[in-house]
Amino acid sequence: MKVLVPVKRVIDYNVKVRVKADQSGVDLANVKMSMNPFDEIAVEEAVRLKEKGKASEIVVVSIGPQQASETIRTALAMGADRGLLVKAEGEVEPLAVAKILKAIVDAEKPMLVIAGKQAIDDDSNQTGQMLAALLGWGQGTFAHKLELGEASASIEREIDGGLQTVDVKLPAVMTTDLRLNEPRYASLPNIMKAKKKPIEEKTPADYGVDTTPRLKVLKVAEPPKRGGGVKVKSVAELLDKLAEAGAI
Amino acid sequence: MASLVLAEHDNKTLSDATAKTVTAAAAISAPVHVLVAGQDCGAVAEAAAKIAGVEKILVADDALYAHMVAETMETLILSIAEKYDAILAPATTSGKNILPRVAAKLDTPQISEILKVVSPDTFERPIYAGNAIQTVQAPAGKKVITVRATAFKAPGEDGNAQVEKIAAAADPGTTSFAGEALSRSERPELTSAKIVVSGGRGLGSAENFKLVEKVADRLHAAVGASRAAVDAGYVPNDYQVGQTGKVVAPDLYLAVGISGAIQHLAGMKDSKIIAAINKDEEAPIFQVADYGLVADLFQALPEMDQELAKRGR
Repeated sequence: MKVLVPVKRVIDYNVKVRVKADQSGVDLANVKMSMNPFDEIAVEEAVRLKEKGKASEIVVVSIGPQQASETIRTALAMGADRGLLVKAEGEVEPLAVAKILKAIVDAEKPMLVIAGKQAIDDDSNQTGQMLAALLGWGQGTFAHKLELGEASASIEREIDGGLQTVDVKLPAVMTTDLRLNEPRYASLPNIMKAKKKPIEEKTPADYGVDTTPRLKVLKVAEPPKRGGGVKVKSVAELLDKLAEAGAI
Repeated sequence: MASLVLAEHDNKTLSDATAKTVTAAAAISAPVHVLVAGQDCGAVAEAAAKIAGVEKILVADDALYAHMVAETMETLILSIAEKYDAILAPATTSGKNILPRVAAKLDTPQISEILKVVSPDTFERPIYAGNAIQTVQAPAGKKVITVRATAFKAPGEDGNAQVEKIAAAADPGTTSFAGEALSRSERPELTSAKIVVSGGRGLGSAENFKLVEKVADRLHAAVGASRAAVDAGYVPNDYQVGQTGKVVAPDLYLAVGISGAIQHLAGMKDSKIIAAINKDEEAPIFQVADYGLVADLFQALPEMDQELAKRGR
């Protein structure tokens, strides 16, 4: 079965983000960019399905600037088969992404879409669920474990109270949580091989989707800072202070 | 018109995140209605009716909603969405699972995890793991919003909303509940506890995590953990505090053996008082801690346990 994995190019998770002085957004100039960590987990899961003989082909999609082709290339080096770049500048909101992905799914007909549960830039946690709804498919979000059958998938999910398992009919959308797997590093030979794998280029207009943002960002500001406190010398002093402050 | 709040519950108890979400809803569009979808969830509806400022409780009591599976919740909410100009849910794993489906079907952008209602169409929300706060204005039309409950105060409990039964909606039949493994604990729930004691990688093992639990029990506190501790398998995933785990804002947050990665700070920095114990005096956790103790936790925790016992805790 074919598996589709959408990936997003975001600020590397190790970079300390800085808000622009004019509060128009976050400073992205000369900042290291990487694949969204949850999407890496999604690619890894798809590659493992292929290694187990359960997936026949892995198609990776990214919606973003030209440089997002590097993100696709990373996924190809991890083991995906081919890429699709939908070129779009600026912010593309989750609903617009979901609409483009729906059009791609309609054309590619995968049995499973594996997406990251959220991107670490806008922290929306929406795209996978929106895509599933637009397709009328079932979903297994925040996946901890996947058991893929022929006609359905058993997905164990990380929920607030612990773990929950759902049975989802295929085709379906799954979104990844942190503990689904540990993504591999691409080996040098695989990085070389990935250079020969095809990446097709499209635009949102090819899918009839308008990506103009519908939410208006009025400003982006630093969060309120917490002042550092005092150091105490002993456990007893710590408890005294906490008692004085009425905390215990 | 009105706003609709999706109640968070386990068919027996109403989560206090629901009442806090009502506060956000009331600032956007009044009156506020609460949707209780579940099975044999009468007690939950009764509790919701007491939330001050709520006009009506809609109860969909059906086996279909026993576990609030997103696909069935989508059709249920859509069956009544017409009457509301704002639909809200707490930003829990349940709210996050359900609401984007509703937003997509209504063709409206969802606004995730709002921290503040600036005006009925303008909201503050965290981005980049809380390292920046975005102020966004929603377009005209229906709003679909998840709410970071810890950022809002619960209204009083002197309400007297009318309770109305509503019919179940169609079952899309795509997804079914197959089982769950919930953490059982006598301790308070992590997101609503007054005191949280959290442990990090510094604990070194699941066995050592008992040191944290012992101190937590003396303080009648909930137990949390950093992502590193969860990834290392010391505790289950539902203990995780952080941007991708749970966001907490207790009166006291005691971080033990947690270095204070940005991701973790995003989940606890709105706590009233933060205390930290770490052997590395350069640990970033000390930059946000009101009280910091540089110490080896393997000495400090047993000492704290004894000291609390001495003080009659």
